[in-house]
Amino acid sequence: MHVFLQELINGLSIGAVYALIALGYTMVYGVLKLINFAHGDVYMVGAVIAYELAVKAVAARSPIWVTLPVIFLGAMGGCAILGFVIEYLCYRPLRHRPRLVALITAIGVSLLLENLFQNRLVFGATPRILPELLPIRPALSWAVGSEKAPVVVTNLDLISMGLCLAMMAVLSWFVLRTKMGLALRAVSFRVDTASLMGINTNRVISMTFVLGSALAAVAGVVDAMRYQVDPLMGLIPGIKAFIAAVLGGIGSIPGALLGGLLMGLVETLLKGYLPAQYNNYSNAAAFVVLILILLVRPSGLLGKTTVEKV
Amino acid sequence: MEAQQAPTATMLHRNQVPAWIMNVALVIVIAVLWPISVAFDKYLDSYVLDVLIRIGVAIILAVSLNLINGITGQFSLGHAGFMALGAYTGGVLLKHYQNQIPGELLPATFIGVTILGGVVASAAGLIVGIPTLRLSGDYLAIATLGFGEIIAVVLNQIDSIGKFEVGGSAGLHNIPHITNFFWTYAWVVICVVVIARLVYSAKGKPFFAVREDEIAAAAMGIDTTYYKVAAFVIGAFFAGVAGVLSATLSGNLDPGDFNFVKSIVIVVMVVLGGSGSITGSVLAAILLTYLPEQLRAFEDWRLVIYALLLIVMMLVRPEGLLGNRELWWTRKRLAFPEE
Repeated sequence: MHVFLQELINGLSIGAVYALIALGYTMVYGVLKLINFAHGDVYMVGAVIAYELAVKAVAARSPIWVTLPVIFLGAMGGCAILGFVIEYLCYRPLRHRPRLVALITAIGVSLLLENLFQNRLVFGATPRILPELLPIRPALSWAVGSEKAPVVVTNLDLISMGLCLAMMAVLSWFVLRTKMGLALRAVSFRVDTASLMGINTNRVISMTFVLGSALAAVAGVVDAMRYQVDPLMGLIPGIKAFIAAVLGGIGSIPGALLGGLLMGLVETLLKGYLPAQYNNYSNAAAFVVLILILLVRPSGLLGKTTVEKV
Repeated sequence: MEAQQAPTATMLHRNQVPAWIMNVALVIVIAVLWPISVAFDKYLDSYVLDVLIRIGVAIILAVSLNLINGITGQFSLGHAGFMALGAYTGGVLLKHYQNQIPGELLPATFIGVTILGGVVASAAGLIVGIPTLRLSGDYLAIATLGFGEIIAVVLNQIDSIGKFEVGGSAGLHNIPHITNFFWTYAWVVICVVVIARLVYSAKGKPFFAVREDEIAAAAMGIDTTYYKVAAFVIGAFFAGVAGVLSATLSGNLDPGDFNFVKSIVIVVMVVLGGSGSITGSVLAAILLTYLPEQLRAFEDWRLVIYALLLIVMMLVRPEGLLGNRELWWTRKRLAFPEE
């Protein structure tokens, strides 16, 4: 029982990060029908910015309540600019081309970011550990079951889940309650009609990239504190978050949250219950679950089923 | 947008050469490869020869994926998985039996093992093909990507099957080096000719029809499922063959080599060459294998430049090098598919 509860909490904590990345995938897919392969690398850039800022902050001995917000806002700002530039330079010229072309360009951008940051002059290929800003310690713990084993929630888990919920709330408010959000929904319905209604679709699409990249940056900072910073760190979470977006129903914002949390849970529960030598199978299991769900319900859990008409 | 031209009977490629002449020519071409190979082994720098052989393997991979992605329009990201199955089938068998094969039987054994690797991969193509065909577009892409990753993870975990050593995460080493210029390019010729003659024959039109409009194709009485599975099975076969060739080229297999990055590299070749253009895939495979070698002078910046060139090429010429055309046909073929 206590293993189950502990893995549940770990799963939600990791899943919250996947959900944040998945939101970027799902929003971009919603408006452009493009799988933004570079999104996982934007998350990596967020982690790298966090690392650089953290090193400077530690050198300047700034207090933690200044450092943390600065790191988060810095990474979000940096990635927002990056997302804007990627869209403006690489995807916008290909807007009216077949989708596959933009997909290959996205793969190119992903390769570019990974290899650029592996360069010694930029960041280097060796993984680095973030200076310890916030010692990770249990924030909450309960003794559970007859053996009184503790179930622990660390402060990082709280930050991860809290930020995910806060970002979801802000995003929901933005999409459902603001004029820009209305425009975003209109564009995701149909780009041509939205532009006929006087919506500046270019601005809306840029906005989508800016928002999605900022959310990925938040995920990147959390994972930089949890694990380490490495130019290739975006690959696996990027793929998993994309699966999460598909699982929840790509294009659906609540779906991204649900899919992300489910992916986190599947991963940690399998790690918790499978014998240690099978740990690597948990990555494969994520794909098995995905293929099964796609076969049973290809539009994802919360996606709308559409019938193709001639 | 280019004017949409209806493919009329006169536009379709008419093959005026009798089939037997083509077959004899094929045998002669493959036979001529043998002395060339012997000469290359003797006089060519081993690095140049190695690059040449890797280009050959890349051509087989790109052309076979083109059948699935470019010609039939089923976006697959699992080609490295098929390649891995072939590579491990070949690698495991050849390593296990390397001391029991008499020298004079080696070529025959190698042909058998190569075909077996292809058959194993195409069996996987069949298994993957049938259930995933309910999916299309991006969902198919991610499902096939998942399949490829599952194969890589499983190969990473299995140390041995019965008395056969598989290697697990440490990889499989000391596989006999058999692949040479002849074996590789004989398979290149077979792969390119088989796929080109298949898709540009009357029997091959349904592959294009499925790509252009699946619903319309089904309405015309084409069994779309059959052609989609056929594309997967044939494409996977040649991917498996390429796997066996690459396993006995380096003598080492590492499950990490067959992750989705490898699949993406092959997809990039297909799209860069022009989806649906077989000669385009060949050109792109040559270019994208040769280019990283030339960029070695730039050391650390090599892959950065490679990625930049890829982006610039896609921005400047999004339809790929040859678009939808073949190198030797000046006549425009089907219009470039929108969406």
